[in-house]
Amino acid sequence: MRYAMAIDTKKCVGCSDCVVACQTENKVPIGYCRDWVVEVTEGTYPMLEMEIRSERCNQCENAPCVRCCPTGASHYSDGGVVLVTPRKCIGCGACIASCPYDARFPHPLGHVDKCTFCSHLITKGMKPACVSVCPTKCMYFGDLDNPRSEVSMVLKNRKWKTLIPEAGTKPHLYFLT
Amino acid sequence: MREEIIISGRMNHLIDPQLNIWHWHIPFYLFLGGLAAGILFFAALYTIQGKEEKYPAAVRKAPFITPIILVAGLLALMLDLNNKPYFWRLYTTIRLESPMSWGAWTLMVVTPISFIWCALNIRDIFPSFDWKYRWIKELEGFFIRHKITMAWILLVFSVILGIYTGILFSAFNSRPLWNTSILGPLFLASGLSTGAAYIMLVSKSHAERIMFSKIDLVLIGIELFLIIHMFMGFLASTQVQIDAAAMFLGGPYTAPFWVLVVFLGMMVPAFLEVMELKNIRIPVLIPGLLVIFGGLMFRFIIAYAGQASRWLY
Repeated sequence: MRYAMAIDTKKCVGCSDCVVACQTENKVPIGYCRDWVVEVTEGTYPMLEMEIRSERCNQCENAPCVRCCPTGASHYSDGGVVLVTPRKCIGCGACIASCPYDARFPHPLGHVDKCTFCSHLITKGMKPACVSVCPTKCMYFGDLDNPRSEVSMVLKNRKWKTLIPEAGTKPHLYFLT
Repeated sequence: MREEIIISGRMNHLIDPQLNIWHWHIPFYLFLGGLAAGILFFAALYTIQGKEEKYPAAVRKAPFITPIILVAGLLALMLDLNNKPYFWRLYTTIRLESPMSWGAWTLMVVTPISFIWCALNIRDIFPSFDWKYRWIKELEGFFIRHKITMAWILLVFSVILGIYTGILFSAFNSRPLWNTSILGPLFLASGLSTGAAYIMLVSKSHAERIMFSKIDLVLIGIELFLIIHMFMGFLASTQVQIDAAAMFLGGPYTAPFWVLVVFLGMMVPAFLEVMELKNIRIPVLIPGLLVIFGGLMFRFIIAYAGQASRWLY
């Protein structure tokens, strides 16, 4: 099983509902966020192109954060989800520096925090908070190994890209273009 | 034109607008670790070669500072942790993939040996020192008998300590400035150079000073070669590394790096050391302190500039 998420950059309107849903569901401390929305504007008026991306931890298959963690607090969980065990984390910051996506941050309690793909929900068969709350239904979540899953189907039928594939991290966050 | 902004207002502490997770503690520790590695390397090397009498400062006198600076470095590392009460977790696992784990365990070997090394030479400072208890005296005898073995362990682990301080950075592909394997040898050369400079400072024998002056000259030459090599590598690499090099070639770190590290920390002391070799009297304090200062600045600049370099997407 390999969990992945696909985000339709053509449908996303950048409302930031996913950010608020995540903060509420995961009790993210005030002033922090585990996901965020990026807006890219390209060209010169009137020839403008825009892309809106809801971004979070890429749950990399070759995660630099897991590799550099000196205590094994950062680890691969079921379905390839990268998680941090707070009571093993010493807060050294190596994983934060190692992430090309800047997806991790130091939690005020001391350990390092980041998106978990809402692992407490997906293990019960539910969808991550950001996916279920999206008003434009621009996010798809599921198992890459299951060809019939929502995410596999949409990746088969649409053009997509990942972020910084040249960093060699094998990200599991796909952006439909 | 292309503009990329986070419209949901992300402002994570120490991450935005630019990564700032490692502060003065890390470069300060890397400097102290490198310095200790340099001093202990020469102490071990000349012990193995049986040149204790020829280079007394290197073998006996200089290492007295190493336990102090290693403990100071470890304290700085501790202070940098965000989850300080859990620091012991470092010592419940050995993770071969993680340079930080390597470093933690290397320090676990080097620090106790540095203490033992000083204990064996304590009579150099307090000639009438007595260990009082019989079992401590027996322990001292044990370590004296195995001094060469200890020196060999120290030789290997001081090199690991010196090189790992660079690998700690170079293992991060996310920070293009750090992501060069030159950084390991470069930090090792810089650590050995600061170690040689410190030995020069504490040595009272002219012959020993001249010897370490020569060693330092060679090391500065190696450092300069590696620095040029590093920038050649960056400029021949991908856009992100070209951008990383640009920070030093016209960007915000140009003046601090080339003036403080290369000019004041390498070229001026090298020039003074050449003068010294030509029998022009130069107070040893000047080249010695400049090399040490350059080593410190080098680590600060690399640590901060590395955090400013990133992938763009």
